[in-house]
Formats: sequence, structure tokens, C-alpha cells
Amino acid sequence: MTSAHDIAARVAAGSSATTEVETSLAAISQRNAELNVFLYVDEEGARAAAHQVDERIARGEKLPLAGVPVALKDNLCTEGIPTTCSSKILEGWRPPYTATVVERLLAAGAIPMGKTNLDEFAMGSSTENSAFGPTLNPLDPRRVPGGSSGGSAAAIAAGMTPISLGSDTGGSIRQPAALCGVVGIKPTYGLVSRYGVIAFASSLDQVGPFAANVADAALTLEVIAGHDRMDSTSLPETSPSLVAHLKDGVAGRRVGYVKELVDGSDPDVAAAVAAAVEVLRAQGATIVEMSIPELQLGLSAYYLIAPAEASSNLARYDGVRFGLRVDGDDVAGMNEATRTAGFGAEVKRRIMLGTYALSAGYFDAYYGQALKVRTLTINAFQKAYADVDFLIGATTPSVAFPFGSKTKDPMAMYLNDVFTIPSNLAGDPAVSVPFGRGEANLPIGVQLLGPGRSEAGLLAAAQVLEDAERAR
Amino acid sequence: MSLPDGWEMVIGLEVHTELQTKTKLFCGCANAFGADANSQVCPVCLGLPGSLPVLNEQAVELAMAIGFALHCSVAPSTFHRKNYFYPDMPKDYQISQYDLPINSNGYLDLPDGSRVTIERAHLEEDTGKSTHLGGSGRIHGADRSLVDYNRSGVPLVEIVSGPDMRSAAQARAYAAELRGILIATGASDGRLEEGSMRFDANVSVRRPGAPLGTRCEIKNLNSLRSLQRAIDYEAARHVAILEDGGKIRQETRHWSEDLGETSTMRTKEEADDYRYFLEPDLVELSPSIEWQDRVRAALPPMPAERRATLLTIVSEPTSAQRDAVGVIVDLQLDRFVLDAVAQGADAALAIARTSNEIAAGIDSLANLSLDSFVTTLQLEASGSLSATQAKTVLAEVLATGGDPVAIAAARGFEQLASDTLSDLVASLVEAHPDEWHRFREGDEKLAQFFIGQVMKATKGQANGKAVIAELNARR
Repeated sequence: MTSAHDIAARVAAGSSATTEVETSLAAISQRNAELNVFLYVDEEGARAAAHQVDERIARGEKLPLAGVPVALKDNLCTEGIPTTCSSKILEGWRPPYTATVVERLLAAGAIPMGKTNLDEFAMGSSTENSAFGPTLNPLDPRRVPGGSSGGSAAAIAAGMTPISLGSDTGGSIRQPAALCGVVGIKPTYGLVSRYGVIAFASSLDQVGPFAANVADAALTLEVIAGHDRMDSTSLPETSPSLVAHLKDGVAGRRVGYVKELVDGSDPDVAAAVAAAVEVLRAQGATIVEMSIPELQLGLSAYYLIAPAEASSNLARYDGVRFGLRVDGDDVAGMNEATRTAGFGAEVKRRIMLGTYALSAGYFDAYYGQALKVRTLTINAFQKAYADVDFLIGATTPSVAFPFGSKTKDPMAMYLNDVFTIPSNLAGDPAVSVPFGRGEANLPIGVQLLGPGRSEAGLLAAAQVLEDAERAR
Repeated sequence: MSLPDGWEMVIGLEVHTELQTKTKLFCGCANAFGADANSQVCPVCLGLPGSLPVLNEQAVELAMAIGFALHCSVAPSTFHRKNYFYPDMPKDYQISQYDLPINSNGYLDLPDGSRVTIERAHLEEDTGKSTHLGGSGRIHGADRSLVDYNRSGVPLVEIVSGPDMRSAAQARAYAAELRGILIATGASDGRLEEGSMRFDANVSVRRPGAPLGTRCEIKNLNSLRSLQRAIDYEAARHVAILEDGGKIRQETRHWSEDLGETSTMRTKEEADDYRYFLEPDLVELSPSIEWQDRVRAALPPMPAERRATLLTIVSEPTSAQRDAVGVIVDLQLDRFVLDAVAQGADAALAIARTSNEIAAGIDSLANLSLDSFVTTLQLEASGSLSATQAKTVLAEVLATGGDPVAIAAARGFEQLASDTLSDLVASLVEAHPDEWHRFREGDEKLAQFFIGQVMKATKGQANGKAVIAELNARR
């Protein structure tokens, strides 16, 4: 598929956006029935939006994403268009408003093609937890695309759209990006508005882009980032300049090669990271081998903090105002029947975990303790960043795994996020960039992590790896 | 009502007041009472998926104003989520301040000189309003429930007192004084009947000097009268149980105004576990010192200070005048009285007429201009109108907005010119020498005889006090 940069350039030069939309629709119709990437394709809306983009270009507007088809994870609110979070409890619900990130894409001339599949309420690492069936990995349909933003990653891998949006609470952008062989960015917490993003764990959730290349991902992030007064946790600054810094390289940069971000991964993954480290060294970076033991504590802290927040965020799905309602004898009975029928097993598991962690008598031992570990993680990163500019490690312990291989054991599934979770706890940015191939010739993701607001530097490093990968 | 000898009441109050902001606490919806059901709502106050709260600056400002008026310290504060399921609470959690409130450690001095400590005054959001149809009218057993979310997200400040009050009357006085302060700060309209203020009372009893007894909380009292009655009832209930050798069970109770009694809502064991945790969608609230100073400097005088100011216009206030001044400040009429006195009205008359006649006609206050008020009082003070006539004129000005002089004339209250009265009295004294003699010797009853004669001669147009003054002048 043509890159977002090239599409925007030719549409700006007078080529019709309708052509781009039809190309995308054709790619979607070719494989969506097989792969289950999109839960909803907005053909009419996309065609209408293409006409509008053409008109705006004719009027002389400068649109950074003119005519670029984009896929939206189905936890982003879109006015009048079904938004389900891949849950039965929201089946048929059409939001009366649109998420800020989607508004910004529209303002930039991008064309939403529809809504992509995810693990229910973004809880999972394989899209197997979707109430509407799993998404298959376009590179090998017997394997998972990762999750929770599996649909948005697969949309890129299948060539359906050049860019897409996902959300990352514990790795939900980076992990599927790695498993699908695309670029994924988890931005600094607060860089991208959460208004209209259906919450999983509010203090960890962050929206970010997927793309087939670093430059398109950077451009998309530039469009969606920047202060939003509708989100109180939004950072005050305007969107950073990223694309302009993509050729900055890594010469003179100090890079931490972190033991805990590789340990436990398969040999093919570890080898890819080692190769990436050599590329950076060859390009003038100083490599500092380091150990940050606190990062190993992240997983357990995350599986208390995220479910605790989720147990509260998901309370509103009570059958009273919107979505599914199953009648009961009284209000409490109706609440219970609705939630029993509407939520899947993983969502119920996490609501119970989180409710327990916040309960009187257990709060200090679980949630309170997890917050302390979160502080430890933040401090450990800060200490590391006093010495190095950014860190490198694996995104996931393995390449894409077969369906059903981890569904019996929640812990095995949770361990898939062990390398990605620390960035969410710290609120720091991280990028997954495809580098090398592993088992069954499947792509491997290398992860670059930096301190808050270091996106420009991280993406420049990712560009170095992408250039090296292309040259091989 | 007081408890039997040897028992003491201990009362603490939690007062919820709706803030008079233009918009709700976390969204741009209008904060307005009485609109069509579910017409003042948006994704945020409906708790729709993906919506986020944004704190209202005006609400913070009013909360700080309340804090400063109650001598609290303002400190950096945070918001928590209080989690429980209820249909009129759209997110199934309430955003409320918890361990770090915006205001803490203040006090309120009552008119009787007692001091009640204020533990905290914190911000939180209101819920929607449920109406249960059929069955008992409460949620259990109702056929259907209707929910209006217009009130959902309306800003509230909860003011928590220490357990410092020792009688229901004192608790009532505290609530009344607090109401005056909330109105003075502009934070609340103080309309109890619209639910702008709601009271929860924590009541226990003990032997004087003993440790605090087990308390019960009476929820959602919405008038000063209910507050006082419910506390008296509850304390008496405790004493009866304890004197019978029983124990008080800590619980939340409901007050029935019709039955005049409290009943169990839920026991301590049934209490929800609210699973409070820091609201991740909001950041710490740290009003700058400059902002705090601006709010503090803009605070108008509070009721206690206004009562004191008003009392300075009478040299030796009687207890009736002290009460009257309380009524006047309560009705926000103190400025009016001070202005009237500044324009030449008699202070004692202004206080008396305002706390009685104007208070009675307060709903049509708009009809009474300051000039009309001053003119009426001056006519009364000069003896041109009798007290009764002045009250009648005042009532009519309030009712119709007419001119007091014209009303007096139309009612035939045309007073006698003072030299006319003087001539008349002179001729009556001449005509009734015996009576005059007895009056001069000190028989005050004879004054009434002369007044009667004057009234007869003037067909009731004269002022009794003016007649007495005229007689005394001749003694």
C-alpha cells in the first residue's frame, strides 16, 4: 500500500481522495471476511468524507493527511457510528459525540474507514477476548495479531489502510505492532487526548498510531497530539515536531541496553535486539549495558492498578442508560443480569480482581502496594535516564503465537506484556519498530523507550533501525 | 425539648450545599433548577463511555469563599472516586474529595456566642434525581423508576462540623447561621425547599463527661424544622434505649416528617464499601496564593459582622431589637435599613418596621423603594401618621408599589398640621378645665380623655402621640 505521506502529497496535488477510499475499501473487502479486522466498515461515510477532502483541497486548505484512509480501534467514540469495545454490553450503541483524536484526524483530512476489532474493553494480548470473534494475523492466519489493538495492527499488515489508531494501556499498541510487523507508538501520557477514548485504566491508557513505516506513524502522531481542554490530564503543550527530526540519527546518543527488557524472550527475539543494538552502535550511538531490576516488578503492579481502575471505569455498564439491558427482579437484579450477560470472562476476571484490590482491608496490601511499586518503576527509569538518552529491548518475548496457545492460562497471556508494561506505569513513550525475522519467518519488534516527551529522539532512532532493515 | 437530667446530646452536622455556578462541576451543562427533565445533560454528566471530567473554576472559587468565610485553611487537594451502584449516579461512582479536602480546620461562631468547629468543607458532584412510581415510593418495590440527570454533576460543597453541638436548637442555629454565610458568599441561594441545602445529622447521647456514645446518622433532612425535630426524636430514642439497659446500634436512619420519627435505613454491617481511590481523570487542585488572596479579598461581610454593624445604629439595643436585627440580616435587608437611616429615617423605627411589616411582605419587596420607605418612616416619626396608619401605608406600598403620601391621602390619613392640632388642644383645654387640672396634677389617664376629644373633633385624623406631646408641652 502507498504510504500516508505519498497519498497526502498526491491528494494535495489534485488527485481525488475518492481513489484512495476505493483502494482501501477494495483491500478491506478482499480480506476482512477472512481476517475479521474491521467490526464496522463505514463505506458511505468514507466516500462522503473523500468528497469533502477534495472540496477542501480545491479551496486551498493544507491538509497533512489529505485523503489518507485510517482505521480506528473500536474503543474510540465516533458520533452516530457503532462503538462497541468488542463487547456485547455496547453492541448497537452509537455515541452522540466523537473522540478528540478522531476530530483531529478529520480536521487533517484523514478518512476514517471504520472500526477495528480489539480484546473486549482492550483487555488482552491477542484479540481472542473479542465478543465478535478474534482477528487473524494477516501474516499467518493461524496466529494471533496480538492485542488488544489487534485489528488496528492487522489493518496495516493487511494493507487495508496506511495508518490506524490504537490504544496502549500495558502494551496494546506495541505488542500487536511487533506481532504484525508494523510500527506502533505509545506516546507520553498526556500527549494525546483521551476524550472520547473508552477507558480501560485511565492512568495508563494512551492513544497512539500504527503505520507501515516510522515516518507515517510520526506524521499521524503529530496530527493527534497536543493539548485538549476536554482532558484534564492532557499536557499543556502543543503537538511536538516529529517528522522534521526523523533524520536526526543516533550519533552521540547514549543508549541503555537493558537486561530486563530482553531476559526471558525467545532466542530469535534476543538475537534481533542484539543486532539492532549493533546498528545503533555503528551509527554512532554509545551503548551502555544496564540492569533495571525494578522493571520486573511492573507486571504484578500493573495487574492490580489496571484492574482496579477498570472495576470503576466499567461500573457504568449497568443497563440503566445505554447499551445492553437484561431485566431482573429489581434494579440490582437488572444490573447483575446485564453485566453477567454483557461482559466476557476476561473482563469479569479483571473487574473482580480490581474490586478485590480496592476493598476495605485489602487496599493497602494490594492497590496501595502496587502504587508504591509504580513509584519505584518511575524512579528507576529516572535514574536510568540520568545516564542514557533512551533504552532498547524487545517488545514481546516471542513472535506471533498460535491461537489458543495461551488462552487456558491467563498468566501466560499476561507475561506477553512484561516488556511493555513499565512504560505505561511510568507514563513514558515507547516505540515498537519491526527489525529482523524470527520463527517461521515472522517479524520481530524492537522496542525503544525514552523519558517523557522524548518522542522525536525515539522516532529518529526507530528510523535508523528501519533504514537498516530495508538495506538488508 | 431537652433530655432527662443526667444526659447530654452530642451532635455533628454534615451540610451539603449546591453551588450557584453557571455550569456543572465537570462539564459545560447549565446548572439550573426546574428545567425539563434530562434537558441539561451531555456525555460527561451522563457518564457516557469515553467522557472525561474537567473541573469548573467558578466552583473552586465558591468553595474557597466558603472555606475562608468559615476560617478554614485552603490546601492543595485531590479528588477520589466513591464507588457504588445507583441508577441516578451515571458513572456508578461519585467524584468527591476524600483525604485531602480543599478546606479544613475552621470554625463558625453562633449568635449565642458558642463556637462550632468545621472539620472540612470539600467539593463533590451531585447525583441525578430518581422518582419511584408505584409500590412504596422508594426504590425497593417500586413498579418503575424515572431518573432526571439534570442535577447530575451539579457542584456541591459538603461542610462537616465537629461533634460540638449539645442541643437540637443549637444545631438548628448552626444550620441557620451557616445558611446565612452561604448566601452571603454567593455560594448558595439557600433555598431549602429546592434542595439547595441538605442536612445529615450525627446524633449520640452520653452522661456528661463520659466518652462519646454510639452515633446514628439521620440522612437527608431538608428543612431547619425537620433537622431540629429529627435530632430531638433521635436523642430521646437513644436515652430510652439506654435507660432500658439496651445498646445503640450504629446505623443510618431515615426521618419521616409525617410520622415524626426516624427508622433504620441500613446498619453499619450493610454499609457499602466505597472502594475510594484517587480519581485518575483529574489532577491535583492547587489554587495559587494569588487566586486565594483574590477570593479572600472579594469576600463580603458575613452575617455576624452585618448584625453588629446594624446594631450600631441604636444606642442601647433591646433584646427584641437584637432579634429583629437577626431577622433583617437573614432577609438580606440590612443594607436597606442602613441606607434608610442614612437618608434620615429613625433607626429604631426602621428596624421595627423592617423586621415586621417588610418581612411579612418580603415577596413583594420590589414594590418598596428606599424613598417610599424613608418617607413613610418620617411621616410616622413626625407624628403625621400614627403607628397603625404607618403600618397600613407600608403594607399597601408593598402590595401595590404606590406612593406613601398618596396612599395616606387616599385612605384619609391626612394628618392635621401641627399648628391646627395645637389650636384644637388649646381650645379643648379651655373647654375642660377640671380634666386639664387633674391631668396637670399627674393623672395620666386624662390624656386618653383629651385624645378622645381630639379624635372626635378631627374624625380620627389625629395622631395620639402628637396629642400627648401637645398636652405635655402645655403642662
